[in-house]
Amino acid sequence: MTDIDIEQYRISEEPYYQPHEDEIECYTAAYEARLPVMIKGPTGCGKSRFVEHMAWKLGKPLITVACNEDMTASDLVGRYLLDANGTRWLDGPLTIAARIGAICYLDEIVEARQDTTVVIHPLTDHRRQLPLDKKGELIDAHEDFQLVISYNPGYQSLMKDLKQSTKQRFNALEFDYPDAKTETSIVEKESGTDADTAARLVKVAHTARNLKGHGLDEGISTRLLVYAATLMNKGIEAKRACRMALVRPITDDADIRSTLDHSIDSIFG
Amino acid sequence: MQEAELQAYRDKLKCSFGQIEECFEDYVQDALRNLTNRGVDQYLSGASLICMIGRGWEPVSIYLEEMPEMANRLGEPILEIISKSVWDMSRTPNGKAILPFMQCLPEASRRLGTLEQMRHFLDILFEMMDTTTTSVHGHHKTHSSQGFPVLLNHIPFLLNQLSLEGLKNWIEYGTRNYSNHPERQKDYFGLQSADSKAMLQRERHGTLYMDIERKLDMYLRSMWEDESYFVPYSQGFDELRKPVPYYDKLGIRIPDVYDDRNGVSGLDRYRVTIAHIAAHRRWTSAIIADNLSPFQRLAIEHLEDSRVEYLMMKEYPGLRKLLLALHPKPVEDDCDPEKESCIRHRLAMLSRAILDKDHGYKNEHILDFVERFHIALENGESGIKEMADLAVLFIARTRLQSDQSPHIRFENTEVDYRDDNRHMWKFIEQGDEEEAFEDHRDAKAEELEHEGLPPRHYPEWDYHTSTYKPDWVSLYESIHPSANASDIDEILEKHKVLAKQLKHILDLLKPQQFVRVRYQEEGSELDLDIAIRSLIDYKCGAQPDPRINMSHKHDGRDIAVMLLLDLSASLNDIPQGSAQSILQLSQEAVSLLAWTIEQLGDKYAIAGFHSDTRHNVRYYHLKGYSEQLDDRVKARLAAMDAGFSTRMGGAIRHASHYLEAQKADKKLMLILTDGEPSDIDVEDEKYLISDTKKAIDEISSRGMFSYCISLDKKADDYIQDIFGPGGYTVIDHVEKLPEKLPLLFTALTS
Repeated sequence: MTDIDIEQYRISEEPYYQPHEDEIECYTAAYEARLPVMIKGPTGCGKSRFVEHMAWKLGKPLITVACNEDMTASDLVGRYLLDANGTRWLDGPLTIAARIGAICYLDEIVEARQDTTVVIHPLTDHRRQLPLDKKGELIDAHEDFQLVISYNPGYQSLMKDLKQSTKQRFNALEFDYPDAKTETSIVEKESGTDADTAARLVKVAHTARNLKGHGLDEGISTRLLVYAATLMNKGIEAKRACRMALVRPITDDADIRSTLDHSIDSIFG
Repeated sequence: MQEAELQAYRDKLKCSFGQIEECFEDYVQDALRNLTNRGVDQYLSGASLICMIGRGWEPVSIYLEEMPEMANRLGEPILEIISKSVWDMSRTPNGKAILPFMQCLPEASRRLGTLEQMRHFLDILFEMMDTTTTSVHGHHKTHSSQGFPVLLNHIPFLLNQLSLEGLKNWIEYGTRNYSNHPERQKDYFGLQSADSKAMLQRERHGTLYMDIERKLDMYLRSMWEDESYFVPYSQGFDELRKPVPYYDKLGIRIPDVYDDRNGVSGLDRYRVTIAHIAAHRRWTSAIIADNLSPFQRLAIEHLEDSRVEYLMMKEYPGLRKLLLALHPKPVEDDCDPEKESCIRHRLAMLSRAILDKDHGYKNEHILDFVERFHIALENGESGIKEMADLAVLFIARTRLQSDQSPHIRFENTEVDYRDDNRHMWKFIEQGDEEEAFEDHRDAKAEELEHEGLPPRHYPEWDYHTSTYKPDWVSLYESIHPSANASDIDEILEKHKVLAKQLKHILDLLKPQQFVRVRYQEEGSELDLDIAIRSLIDYKCGAQPDPRINMSHKHDGRDIAVMLLLDLSASLNDIPQGSAQSILQLSQEAVSLLAWTIEQLGDKYAIAGFHSDTRHNVRYYHLKGYSEQLDDRVKARLAAMDAGFSTRMGGAIRHASHYLEAQKADKKLMLILTDGEPSDIDVEDEKYLISDTKKAIDEISSRGMFSYCISLDKKADDYIQDIFGPGGYTVIDHVEKLPEKLPLLFTALTS
């Protein structure tokens, strides 16, 4: 099982990340103790970017799994495949991470079925083991291995919540959209636009975030702001770019659309 | 003018009222100024015609006085049209309306402006007059229209509020609904009744608050992070004092309608008004008013308004365009301080100059204070105190003797998106103690009045016009009175045999707790059939299907039912060949059905209704979704009673809002009735039928099913129109109802 190319999982360039608080120190401490970490926060606020950044900073390989509702435990752990000579075992991403000592990042973990999430339990407590019951193998995790999961407590339905037994195995970092100043500098840095435009974009985002729970499931994310700024850099007119990147993707509700359009007109007026 | 010439004109006017002689010369002079020679002839012959109708001097004098100018404005054909109309009117029982008719003409002609429009207007009026003039016996119209004179008195106001099209709709609504009810007709056309006002509201031009309520809520929340209620007020009915937006702790008062103005849409005008108020709420704090003179206060209000707007535009620069379009632009030398008080004019200029860089004013004080204002706001938000100092200084500098004059210039000084700034002032001396005492007592009396559920209002569909009549039905909901619960137990006991049969069917219907889900890669058990097939594939060298397991999942019935019972008087009838009244049979059927549904474990509610005109539809709560079929519910079922009529639409709409709130895959409304929808205040049979159909359409478009069980043997004539094919059953043998109903329900939901 040593024929895995670890290098492909390494991150070579520094991903841009602007810390909000002391999350880098907290995460580093958790990693040093190899404690599993859970990252909560709304979509597009920089969760995945943070994990990438930390993997780069710590110099560890990162294996990311985007969870979906059809994912089964064997998609994580691995399965037997048929080939010409009979069957062959193929490791899943979690198993690979445990073997090579990578940071395994399960993105949007609540999307996965509940029976799937249970397989991570033995890896996340003192045992740090992964039993492959089908194969009859018990893997002791590599000493560099760490498990990180992310989830968005906001928009998922009541049906999709983590089990208490899963939740209580993690340290949690709560993310939110950064404050206006930080967010402005993020948009500026990521898209290369000027400070004034970035500040206006952030203001538009704030008007939309105020509507969360009043017709909008989720406010305009930092990611969308970066998209809008990028479109403007490509020569799209500011208001048009905002409509295209900020308003149309998040809502189909005509009233909300008209309100947000008006706020764009007021802010970019 | 020559004596002889005048006499020639006088001869053409065949009228012998003494009053004519006094001012005849003036009339002729006026006519000669405004009319052609032919027109003057028409004018005089028209006046002669009006003279002949024998309604006294007054109509003639109005005609003589007003017509030349009107004819000049609209064209000379109007002379003959009016005199002919008046003549025609005098041939009907509506002679009394001639005077108000003449009186409303000048105003109407000014509003309408063209002959074409005026013709339409007269057509509308006379059609209304014709339809409301009634006869008691025979075909000759003998009774004058009650609403017509009232309508004429309100014409100036109505034309002010409505377009001609809107006026037509409003009048037609009134004639259609009240043509044979003189008193209500008067109320309607006198703008006294609620629906008259509601209809007027609907026909008005501009952007209606209620159409954009949600957008405004979101606007306030998203851009101002503010939460408050909006309370719309009407501008239509307060003639003496024009209401102005304001806010207090009960909410933000805004007009119910805004027309577009200066290229700014009604919606944006609402937004600007709300932005202004929200800016006050954010940046203005109250100061003590007692030591300031009214002028000083006025000036402080203006500057504070400017300040919050300045801050608001710093936040949202796009609003400037709207403010510039809406803020009046006073012309510098418009106001003459010798003749009138320029205080408002001056302040409006100051406010405009602060807002608009290209104001072009030359007044040194204005320029000076604009600069001071900008200096004050250069760094940070400043505050109302600083504005107050600035304002007091401004008043001191620019004070004029004539400011005290009662002739205040108002033109071009009103900034209509601004509120009245009542929140800005704290008064230390509130008033005399005695008054305060009175206030206190009133509040207490008012508190006592609020008891019992207020009525709910529902619209009703009018198939004549294909529109809803707004808030037409008043529905009162209450809990049904109770009687002896054991009666219901007796009924269940009586139908024990039937219950036993039902139980068999129910057991079959009861949800199987598990269903098999096959073709699973992972599952709780091996699915042997498929496993073997896979193994064969494998041995043959083909790709086997890995989905050889199966699992189980829960399967439940998820149905919410609303059982709506018609409790009208006809239920007391005893059908032929039966010993029990329909009411008793219904009671048995409902008890059994309730028992059935309870056995199945579905969510259900039971309610009854009957009506006594549209003002009193009663809706009785018999069982709610969260209640069990316990003694309290049984007691209510036992007390079921019948009376009054069947106005079904409102009850269906009310019941549907409960049903809609239930969480279930399937929502079913069962309606048990013994006849067609009817009520004593409705003569047109089709009207309530079409309304009920509309109500059914409404609920099905919201994802609810409806099913009607009718006990009316003649129901075939109308029931399919209402519930559609397959949406109803007619039960001919009513005595079979108790056993039919539960069976029907199980068949419907299995």
